[in-house]
Amino acid sequence: MANPQITETPAAGAASSSYEFGTGARKQWQTVLRRFMRHRLAMASLVILVLLTLGAVFGGAFWKYDITYTGGSSFASPSAEHPLGTSQIGKDMLALIFQGTQYSLLIALVVAFMATIIGVTLGAVAGFLRGAVDTFVMRLVDLFLIVPQLALVAIAVHAFPASWYTVAIVLGLFSWMQVARINRGQTLSLAEREFIEAAKALGASNSRIIFKHILPNLTGIITVNATLAVATAVLSEAALSFIGLGVKPPDTSLGLIIIENYSQFQDRPWLFYAPFVVIVLISLTINFIGDGLRDAFDPRQTKVRA
Amino acid sequence: MTTSEKLLTVEGLGVDFPTEDGVVHAVRGVSFELDRGEVLGIVGESGSGKSVSSSAIMGLLPKTAKVSGSIAFKGTEIVGLKGRALEKIRGNDIAMIFQDPMTSLNPVYTVGWQLAEAYRAHHAVPKKTAWEKAVASLEQVGIPQPDRRAKQYPHEFSGGMRQRAMIAMAIINDPELIIADEPTTALDVTVQAQVLETLLEIRNLTGAAIMMITHDLGVVAGMVDRVQVMYGGTVVESGQVNTVFESPRMPYTVGLLGSIPHAGLIGQRLTPIKGAPPSLMNLPPGCAFSPRCPLVTDDCTTAEPELLRVGVDGHSARCIRWEHLAQHPEPKKLFAHSEIGTVENPAELAAADPSLPVAEDLAAVEARIAAEEEKTP
Amino acid sequence: MFAPELAPTKEDNVVRYILRRLLVSIPILGIGSFLAYLMVASAGDPLSGLRGRPGTTEADIQNLALELGLDKPILSRYWDWLTSFLSGDWGTSIALGQARADVFDRVTTAFGTTFKLVLGAEVLAVTLGIAVGVLAAVRQYSIFDYLATSTAFVMFSMPVFCVAIVVKTYGIQFNDVLTGLGMRRWLTTAGPPVGGFKGDVLEQFRLYTGTFLLPTIALGAISFAAYSRFQRASMLETLSSDYVRTAHAKGLRPARVIFRHAFRNALIPVTTLAALNIGAVFSGAIITERVFGWNGMGNLLVSAVQQFDPPMLMGWLMITAILVVVFNLVADILYGILDPRIRLG
Repeated sequence: MANPQITETPAAGAASSSYEFGTGARKQWQTVLRRFMRHRLAMASLVILVLLTLGAVFGGAFWKYDITYTGGSSFASPSAEHPLGTSQIGKDMLALIFQGTQYSLLIALVVAFMATIIGVTLGAVAGFLRGAVDTFVMRLVDLFLIVPQLALVAIAVHAFPASWYTVAIVLGLFSWMQVARINRGQTLSLAEREFIEAAKALGASNSRIIFKHILPNLTGIITVNATLAVATAVLSEAALSFIGLGVKPPDTSLGLIIIENYSQFQDRPWLFYAPFVVIVLISLTINFIGDGLRDAFDPRQTKVRA
Repeated sequence: MTTSEKLLTVEGLGVDFPTEDGVVHAVRGVSFELDRGEVLGIVGESGSGKSVSSSAIMGLLPKTAKVSGSIAFKGTEIVGLKGRALEKIRGNDIAMIFQDPMTSLNPVYTVGWQLAEAYRAHHAVPKKTAWEKAVASLEQVGIPQPDRRAKQYPHEFSGGMRQRAMIAMAIINDPELIIADEPTTALDVTVQAQVLETLLEIRNLTGAAIMMITHDLGVVAGMVDRVQVMYGGTVVESGQVNTVFESPRMPYTVGLLGSIPHAGLIGQRLTPIKGAPPSLMNLPPGCAFSPRCPLVTDDCTTAEPELLRVGVDGHSARCIRWEHLAQHPEPKKLFAHSEIGTVENPAELAAADPSLPVAEDLAAVEARIAAEEEKTP
Repeated sequence: MFAPELAPTKEDNVVRYILRRLLVSIPILGIGSFLAYLMVASAGDPLSGLRGRPGTTEADIQNLALELGLDKPILSRYWDWLTSFLSGDWGTSIALGQARADVFDRVTTAFGTTFKLVLGAEVLAVTLGIAVGVLAAVRQYSIFDYLATSTAFVMFSMPVFCVAIVVKTYGIQFNDVLTGLGMRRWLTTAGPPVGGFKGDVLEQFRLYTGTFLLPTIALGAISFAAYSRFQRASMLETLSSDYVRTAHAKGLRPARVIFRHAFRNALIPVTTLAALNIGAVFSGAIITERVFGWNGMGNLLVSAVQQFDPPMLMGWLMITAILVVVFNLVADILYGILDPRIRLG
């Protein structure tokens, strides 16, 4: 040290708050993980969700029937042979639910992934560059929100051959608006912060600032919203399939299973409740996980509980 | 009620906040008294417990706070006071001015409406009377065109104007005690002076006692009668403001005084206190200041010292080494030493970093300070 | 900021503000309609239904293609559609097996049905959501708060149609209980009565509530959950704000602090949200209607997509787009009224 008399104290506070993710990135993740693990509801939800997913994948692979099986009698009651009974055309309900859960989760993941990529990119670019780019992106968001998403997707999906992945991709294309808005807002306030000013003063390029300084600071928001987007996507897909404009046979999904069987609600409630409970469990656990992540990333909110 | 009775008597006040990580001892064993019309300064770093103490007096602490000890206002115990009894005191007998005038006024109501509301909370008068009172109060704090200004919303006021409006709101019910919690911290320097001026005028006009909470010793020096220095949730030194400033008997006060830049220090380095304030959850053993104190001895870390009488007019300090400090030839250098370490020669300093503002010969500076000190008393 | 002396009166500003917002909305509607036209034109073949139909001649197909202007380039087709749309001619449905319905009539009728449902559900959801949210915030961490929070979480983790199905089923059971007691069925689970609500005032009221009660509850339930969470969060924020502390310090009664200060400010975000949320509620209505067998916008959309009826789809999209734009405007105006800080003019 050239200046033995310069103390670190005055600068230390400012530096640590501005470079949360720069110098202490690993520590930050450890703290987030620790806080998340302490969130009991979120942890329980994570366990349930993982079990559900594994159950759907392995159950589907090892269960003696698959969805092509139509050998059961029509609307058989639950039995050892068909634990959840059979559908009208004699399909095994448990096999349908295994398969439907897989498709529903798969679609939701694709949708959330697309929504996050598109939304974060547009939001961060708009918030950082501002001006005309910002106006353009925000007007684009307005345009996409001007008609209910369900209607847009229902029409757009019609253009493509019916399969689970066209439904997923089209839903993804129409699901990024909220993510973009949130990330834009956050980027706008980040861009005001000193460390961005400092990076600019050092001559960092726009792309470098966005990737090295803005995006790392958006990690929390991105993670939380990506998680919540999965829950929303599960419900959107179900709604779309329910009105008969989403996933179509031979593919299946939880929404489709419900529409095929809900007329039996009073006589054979299990046909409705089985897929219904699975959907609610998926969506609920993901919502709780998202909530836990939010608390873990933003302890400001939990402080209120103190 | 006798005239000799103190306006406010705080005894053994303690405030604890239970949190997930442990109990935060925000205020510990604070005792002091306030006379009618007296101006008391409470000084300390953030986290020293000064704001929490004042919130306790107003009964504004969150529900989770555990308050112990006693706060007597004109003989009425405030700790544990609830409901209408507390509301009758708040804003009427004791008024408060907050730190941030930007957020302390409700953005959706006009300034006049909010002032009138404060008046009507304690006076059963028609709205029109309250409004006139609000306008008069705004005029009292020096807001030009008060009748027009009263109809405006807070966002149409500048920062200094808003703080004046807050002062106007505080004095509208003619309180006997005004607590000003860092009233100038959020303001521009020039505006700070104006607001302080206004506060002093108000004191002269209404005769209200003022509790001035601040971290800014400059604010205290100019306007208070008595000062009380807080550290680690408790009072570490108190006395008449001149006495405390001229002969501090607690090393923390010395360090605090050495941390403010002022004209007398031209050519000298500031002498900040090393380290950070203690965690209120996990206080160091013994004296809370001991880890940062240049005069620390083993005895300092065994037990927390009492508030000892160290001089006339109630000058007291929480330091077992106050006599050592009193005999120290140049207490201000205590922190300079700890800061600079072995480098004492200004030439060496300059060599270490040519950009450092060590322009004068140290001896010359010392001589100048000595000369100034001779002039002042 | 303008100098206060030069400021026009407040009403002036609001009017100018609304006009400015309207002017911004028009290009959005214009561009939106063009993109929607492109999407509808490329999403399906309106002739396919006719082609697959037995007894259709090539001439029939040619006629329809000509009528739809399929021989012309897309831009001129859009222009033709736009000019007639603006003049009030929204085209005719090409759905097979029915009379060639006028799109405007069909769409506005269906819209009227759905809008009543949407409005009812919104009013219900907003009122209850605000009430529950405020109470949960004021009594934070009480049993009520935990109950409200967990209910809300479960509600917005549920697909709309499941709520509707459950509500409908219990509605039917409730009717059975009524008939078992020798009374008439009250709740309708199959849409508004054909020919409208008839009878004396009491009878009309019975029919009206019977028809709307279940779908409104089903549709409102999920928005209610969202609003209550939102209201709780913003109420918690205002309750811990500096101006609420100031209000306490004035010596106001707690009830007055909560309602005049905290609640008045916490109302701003939720009002805006409710107005902006109309599109989502509309999506929900599409589904709720399907469950209850209403002949509203939901059925219209599904049949128009399945039979691929471009004029009908365009009419559908345009009327919902106009609804959303109007409600965005309502959100802005409410915001302007509730928050004096908003920069008008």
